[in-house]
Amino acid sequence: MCTCKWLSAVVLMTAVICVVGTACAGPNLGRDVTPEEMVTWEITIPPDGSGLPPGGGTATEGGTVYNAKCASCHGANGTGGPADPLVGGIGTLVSQKPVKTIGSYWPYATTLFDYIRRAMPYDRPRSLSNDDVYAVSAYLLSLNGIIDQKARMDAHTLPQVHMPNREGFVSYWP
Amino acid sequence: MPKQGRRQSTGAMELPVPVADHGLLDRRAFLTGAIHVAGLVAVGSHAGDLVATAQAAESMTLETPPWMQGPGQPFRGYGQPAKYEEEVKRTFFQPYKDIAPGSGASMTPLHQLQGTITPNGLHFERHHSGVPDIDPAQHALLIHGLVRRPLHFSVEALLRYPTISRICFVECSGNSFFNVAAEPPQKSCGAIHGLVSCSEWTGVSLAVVLEEAGVDPQGKWLVAEGADAAAMNRSIPLVKALDDAMIALYQNGERLRPEQGYPMRLLLPGWEGNTSIKWLRRLTITEGPVYSREETSKYTDLMPDGKARQFTFPMAVKSVITHPSAGMRMQGKGLYEVSGLAWSGAGRVTKVEVSADGGKSWAEAALQAPILPLALTRFRLPWNWDGSPVLLQSRATDEKGNVQTTREQWTAQYSAGNVYHYNAMQTWSVSPAGEIKNVYL
Repeated sequence: MCTCKWLSAVVLMTAVICVVGTACAGPNLGRDVTPEEMVTWEITIPPDGSGLPPGGGTATEGGTVYNAKCASCHGANGTGGPADPLVGGIGTLVSQKPVKTIGSYWPYATTLFDYIRRAMPYDRPRSLSNDDVYAVSAYLLSLNGIIDQKARMDAHTLPQVHMPNREGFVSYWP
Repeated sequence: MPKQGRRQSTGAMELPVPVADHGLLDRRAFLTGAIHVAGLVAVGSHAGDLVATAQAAESMTLETPPWMQGPGQPFRGYGQPAKYEEEVKRTFFQPYKDIAPGSGASMTPLHQLQGTITPNGLHFERHHSGVPDIDPAQHALLIHGLVRRPLHFSVEALLRYPTISRICFVECSGNSFFNVAAEPPQKSCGAIHGLVSCSEWTGVSLAVVLEEAGVDPQGKWLVAEGADAAAMNRSIPLVKALDDAMIALYQNGERLRPEQGYPMRLLLPGWEGNTSIKWLRRLTITEGPVYSREETSKYTDLMPDGKARQFTFPMAVKSVITHPSAGMRMQGKGLYEVSGLAWSGAGRVTKVEVSADGGKSWAEAALQAPILPLALTRFRLPWNWDGSPVLLQSRATDEKGNVQTTREQWTAQYSAGNVYHYNAMQTWSVSPAGEIKNVYL
């Protein structure tokens, strides 16, 4: 009886500490992540380009992919389609209808690779090869006049592309 | 301004003297019995609806109604609203139309609801690539990056964790963006402001699972990613993740709906809805933000100089009158209840004021308890409409002293085309004929 009460008190104390304290230990029901899982799951590409895969492509190669997989929504030359325009819009950011494109707004070229691989084409995301993603990125950068049509985009060159609106953002998080 | 306490005669009814122009009464008038509640007039969505209903009910009272002349329906496993309420539903915003019908938003019909908790089937939706059909047995959450031990959680495992609950709003940072247009859109209150909803969320404290993974001291941010076809992701400061973030598994008591992130979503109370990643599948601890597409090309707020604010996480103090509101029609002069919702990403709402003369004079509204931080708060005020044209507004203040801005003040902070973080006061005009419209002041 006495032990039982004492045990109850300990359990109660633990519960109180758990609620009040910040280091509340959980039941540890997660399992270790396998190296294979880590490779499959990791698709995020930050501005320094870490995680960019091998491969590459040029605007010329990208144009072929774009016309087959992207133009129906984004228009023949990255504009004029029913989906977001990808080209032009410079000088519109302070207007009533800002046209936010890769050329006028996007601060990092790496985000192109990340987003196209992650989410495009809309009806079949994750269906493009890494070479295709590099090539389409190159094509869109070239259409916006940011890189030369012959430039090859790969893990080394893509993070070095300086975007026109690179300085266009002010972080409101300290 | 007239003093409180005295009474004025309005025909058959004795009413207190208004506390602000155009008949706004003391917020306690209903409670103190200064007003006979029977005198209250409700506004209808369609002209004459309520009058017609009242007349039909009058003629029925002498007969036994059909539902008393035989037994009703038996039980059903999952209840549905009354069939007479089928007009209460979300409105859609599908900017890409047929090419991407699942990309866009649906808005909570705020003007058709009361209280503060949004029914699960009416919670607003914002999807970037439709609603995925996720088999929970094949879904998992990965926590990795700058951690001591990367962890893989099955849904089943997370369901065994100690749970926490909290009532809070979720608001899309694009809420009310229709009011950015040069001309005020003539839409319902819900169609304009319905990208905000409020639920009781239950799940696992994110701090608990992060503690198990052991965050490296270098880790200052985390990147949350969803399992939808857009693999939607956002960078989030670790401070928030350790403060009050939740891996939500239940909404208003039941498991999350697919459109709210089934089988699990991130919940960041008070922060722009886009960061509360639905269909959560991955949390990567990082040193800094990864500048995903959503936090660069989308959820950034253009300022007058053409630069854009980035990582503007908390939603600002805001309120809107839901009753009466655009599209409804006043049912003649008399006593009404002005009612609406207020909220703030900075904490509790402490005050809501109502004006019927476009902001010249104000009356303080009653706030319905409990007033919870980061949750929708219902406000109410009795109003004796004299049939003259009025401009109804509400203005919220939160516990940090933030006061909701005028549209003019809000507009001055941003570029003309900015559609994010709109928290200006809403103005509804009421014509002598009882027509209610959206206007800008």
